[in-house]
Amino acid sequence: MTFLKGIAASNGIAIAKAYRLVEPDLSFEKKTIEDAAAEVERFKKAMEKSKSELEAIRDKAKVDLGADKAAIFEAHLLVLSDPELNAPIEDKIQSDKVNAESALKETADMFVMMFEQMDNEYMKERAADIRDVTKRVLAHLLGVQLPNPSMIAEEVIIVAEDLTPSDTAQLNRNFVKGFTTNIGGRTSHSAIMARSMEIPAVVGTKTATEEITNGDFVIVDGLKGEVHINPTPELIADYRKVHEDYEVQKAEWAKLVNEPTLTNDGHHVELAANIGIPNDLKGVIENGGEGVGLYRTEFLYMGRDQLPSEEEQFESYKAVLKGMAGKPVVVRTLDIGGDKELPYLDLPKEMNPFLGFRAIRLCLEEQGIFRTQLRALLRASSFGNLKIMFPMIATLDEFRAAKTILEEEKEKLLSEGQTVAEKIELGIMVEIPSTAILADQFAKEVDFFSIGTNDLIQYTMAADRMNQRVSYLYQPYSPSILRLVKMVIDAAHAEGKWAGMCGEMAGDETAIPVLLGLGLDEFSMSATSILKARSQIKNLKKSDMEKLAQEVLNMQTTSQVIEAVNSATTKN
Amino acid sequence: MAEKQFKVIAETGIHARPATLLVQTASRFDSEINLEYKGKTVNLKSIMGVMSLGVGQGADIKISAEGSDANDALNALEETLKKEGLAE
Repeated sequence: MTFLKGIAASNGIAIAKAYRLVEPDLSFEKKTIEDAAAEVERFKKAMEKSKSELEAIRDKAKVDLGADKAAIFEAHLLVLSDPELNAPIEDKIQSDKVNAESALKETADMFVMMFEQMDNEYMKERAADIRDVTKRVLAHLLGVQLPNPSMIAEEVIIVAEDLTPSDTAQLNRNFVKGFTTNIGGRTSHSAIMARSMEIPAVVGTKTATEEITNGDFVIVDGLKGEVHINPTPELIADYRKVHEDYEVQKAEWAKLVNEPTLTNDGHHVELAANIGIPNDLKGVIENGGEGVGLYRTEFLYMGRDQLPSEEEQFESYKAVLKGMAGKPVVVRTLDIGGDKELPYLDLPKEMNPFLGFRAIRLCLEEQGIFRTQLRALLRASSFGNLKIMFPMIATLDEFRAAKTILEEEKEKLLSEGQTVAEKIELGIMVEIPSTAILADQFAKEVDFFSIGTNDLIQYTMAADRMNQRVSYLYQPYSPSILRLVKMVIDAAHAEGKWAGMCGEMAGDETAIPVLLGLGLDEFSMSATSILKARSQIKNLKKSDMEKLAQEVLNMQTTSQVIEAVNSATTKN
Repeated sequence: MAEKQFKVIAETGIHARPATLLVQTASRFDSEINLEYKGKTVNLKSIMGVMSLGVGQGADIKISAEGSDANDALNALEETLKKEGLAE
């Protein structure tokens, strides 16, 4: 029995068999062979096996994940049956008398190199397709099994170095019970994904992939951030108990599903949810979300090879608006760039992607993409209570430019005879310090603010949140961050507007009392955090929290703030 | 031998999905089918060949087919190009 310590990234307990999303050893030796004809046969057999495997994956992906996500396997199949790849490999086996592995690898490498040298990001991505296909055939030649996550058909815990958006896009949500990864933190993609899938996750274990083999029995404790490998029956029994207690606790919270979020002294705040795809709505409704505070539209654009059409986007937005039945839905326009890339846009690599050409900066330049999204949003607006917000706004000019484009598209739609909601609130994300500092001026023109704390903290502290060595600077409770938050809330209220928060901090147990005291109107978080937050807020008095907020704003360090919050909230 | 010229009108050129469709269509026929662009000729049944040309919007391309079903192949490819709004 082995034990790993990591970061608790998503609540709950999962007990299941391990499924490693890790590549097997595909190394081989170059050999001379006697019987070339037999070797060509062996190669053809491996190609056949790869082909039928890929066809099965493609068909299953089509059903489980949709035609978009299956398209990548369609491309792989074409590479596999490409005569320009097959013929030279067979020739090489015959003329050079080498084993199929080396003939395949050498030929494929040539193509990979050719595509990688092209001056086009999209073509460079095709090199990855060829590599993927080569790996699959190599695995068959060597008689080892590649992980095929889209084919999982029993309950598993995914074990990986890290999970990328394209990895998670291929997972069947019915069977994945938990994650554990070697790297990552609370705001990494795998952690956010686990919370949106409502499954426990422990990230940053450093050695999960080394310690865990396929089929090991694993407990993922997303409450404490622990992973137990092949645990004793006693420990499993203990954990079943923890799991049950957690379920009881959740059932207790569940009683609050239809209750408004009121403090002990009767002040109302709105608890909303962050979502990525229309399917996430189920979790929002089950957890009593009073709205959607952040709809991340980037997922519509990711894991595919071309931009989503206006019609596709319209259908997604409409589904979310109708699903929320009149409750507010804040849609963030495309936030791509930074750690979220779209290969088909062919954007040049940047030295500092987080400080570069991303989000609204990209949308104001590539207006075609932006206008298509805005049209889809405007057309969907009459199906519910739509609010639109622009990400990464640094200046008022940017906001005005984006607003002008929105108004132009609205005029166009109206003149085409389309229906557009009369009133659509227009807001901005506050994630750049310049905007927080100038919030009083912004508040005159926007309808609302939503504070994006993950980025606001990294930009204020000048610390990359992906860099583990500076992760100690990710300090949501720092008085500096709290002062910025206060500026934004006060600025909104002075103009009769509202202020929300959609970063990790909004659902954080230690931050909630202070945010309540600062007067935050809307808290948007992972759907699974809502009921817990509602139960916490019920027991707090707004007047007490206002005093607490005043105190912590004048403190010197993060640890002083944490201590003050703890003592103020336990005495209640 | 049958051949025909086209002008690519699709914004993305012949990448990704369009390339997939063309190769899939071409592969249904026995004839030898080639795609010519900027003096380079590739096998239209080869996805890597087609993509390596980097055919963009506005490109003039030539498709030629030789074999027993050359005419049918050319017609089918023309239909795919037009139906998908790729070329005219």
